Amino acid sequence: MALNPDLIGRTYPPSEPYLVGREKIREFARSIGDENPAYHDVAVAQGLGHADVVAPPTFAFTFVFASAAVVILDPDLGLDYTKVVHGEQSFVYSRPIVAGDELVVINTIENIRAAAGNDMITVKSVVSTTSGEPVVVTTKVIVARGTGAQ
Amino acid sequence: MTTNLKFANVEVGTKLPALSVPIQRLDLIRYAGASGDFNIIHWNERFATSVGLPNVIAHGMFTMASAIRVVTDWVGDPGAVVEYGVRFTRTVPVPDDGVGVLLEISGEVTELLEAGRVRVTLTASSAGQTVLGRAQAVVQLA
Repeated sequence: MALNPDLIGRTYPPSEPYLVGREKIREFARSIGDENPAYHDVAVAQGLGHADVVAPPTFAFTFVFASAAVVILDPDLGLDYTKVVHGEQSFVYSRPIVAGDELVVINTIENIRAAAGNDMITVKSVVSTTSGEPVVVTTKVIVARGTGAQ
Repeated sequence: MTTNLKFANVEVGTKLPALSVPIQRLDLIRYAGASGDFNIIHWNERFATSVGLPNVIAHGMFTMASAIRVVTDWVGDPGAVVEYGVRFTRTVPVPDDGVGVLLEISGEVTELLEAGRVRVTLTASSAGQTVLGRAQAVVQLA
């Protein structure tokens, strides 16, 4: 069954604030085997002009992914999560994320389109600090296999 | 943002040092824990094969995170990456054979942009096949 295109443009309430932890950044960097000192050493990060250790470029996906559960589980969307794969991902930064940031995510369904028997759902996630400073916009395309009009 | 890499020293065609990332099951478990993505297809072979996958597959975001290391290693300051996007075109199966697989990543400057920025195009392959499409980053140089 095709997903409901009327949901294009639906924006969900802001996520609870996510506090970026220094140890979480270090743990994430270690999990990808990355020893860049800007991820681990506060003094090095500050020497580069950052307030604290910097998050790797894809770190934001961890809490954006969690916040997007409101979209994935929206009963109006009717998505079968077991049939979903990640098609595309992008990040556009206003500034790097650093430890200590308190970030809020606002998710919007930007597009739903059928392609080759699948539905492609584009979700835009706008990440800002709790005081409203823009930080990063992430966009992901998820593919719901076999739901699109043939 | 501070980098020692000068825009004036870079041109279209400048190659970034390549990187090979070995991936074993333990790396996927570790990434699952760090990222919070516990999707079963990334750690349970029985489940992965039952839904038609050849084996447990790496998280697309693990591949994406690994690929940008070519850029962050090159530029030094990870904060210099202002845009990064990919398409996930092929899965990366990771067998439980004590060896795992290699992810091979290379990058090249493909466009000079305004304000000291450059576009880098990345290639990521595993078992001889590319696994990311349109993998590009915009990088702020000095």
